[in-house]
Amino acid sequence: MKGTRSVHAWTTAPLETFITESGARLVLLMNPAGQVHAQHGFTRAVDVMAAAALGAAIVSATREIGAMLKESTFSVLNHQGKRHGVFLSGFDGPLGRMVLLVIYGPETSLGLVQLFFDEFVIDLVEAGPSHEPSEPVLAADFERELNQSLAALFQV
Amino acid sequence: MSHQYQGVLDALTRVRGVQGAMFVAREDGLAIADALMEGVRGKALGALAASAFSRYAAVSRAIEAGAPRFFQLQCKKGVVLVVAAGGEVLVVVVADAAANIGLIRLEMLRAAEVFA
Repeated sequence: MKGTRSVHAWTTAPLETFITESGARLVLLMNPAGQVHAQHGFTRAVDVMAAAALGAAIVSATREIGAMLKESTFSVLNHQGKRHGVFLSGFDGPLGRMVLLVIYGPETSLGLVQLFFDEFVIDLVEAGPSHEPSEPVLAADFERELNQSLAALFQV
Repeated sequence: MSHQYQGVLDALTRVRGVQGAMFVAREDGLAIADALMEGVRGKALGALAASAFSRYAAVSRAIEAGAPRFFQLQCKKGVVLVVAAGGEVLVVVVADAAANIGLIRLEMLRAAEVFA
């Protein structure tokens, strides 16, 4: 599928299936710190960086609100705009906690995105390496990993 | 209010052959209320039925036939029926292939009146 780029090859097939079935326009697979694992539809690295940073900030803010309400984990957030919807969901994936940010248009619906998101998580867990422990994101490594990810995502 | 919806759906599922009935939001395909037999995937049924209905609505607009009221998807092993309930809600039923469609449709139209 044109427009899908992944840092880890095993994320590509589940992501492409999700995009085809859900009708999503833009998709970003990342960790809660904003480190991107795969993307679809973005044409500029700066847009990926901005979306990842904003997505991570929303996850972080929502997690804190959840903590105030004694909710243990952040799960799903949806923002329905006039022309686009934003779907943001955290889940336990092969690399520990992962986040999927989806932008969709009027040609699909929240119901379809949610439905195929559930299937995407199952596919991703099956495709990914088993029991790989998630590593803490260190400030020293972050910039290097970010640059490596962006290079892989845009083949610069 | 939600127990009223549930009561209407429970009545629908009492028709012979009906495996499940749902009220679904037309725009996003999310379930409002459902009464489903075990094994019926409500999330998938609601999302896909709403998506299909919106596509058929586009067809009916294209041929200037007016807003669609009812659609029936007859499959080898079952049938999916959708009735528009007002502008924002759909009544969705999944039933056996041999079920009495006329009777089910009548009950669906009655159920749709909840949103009239």
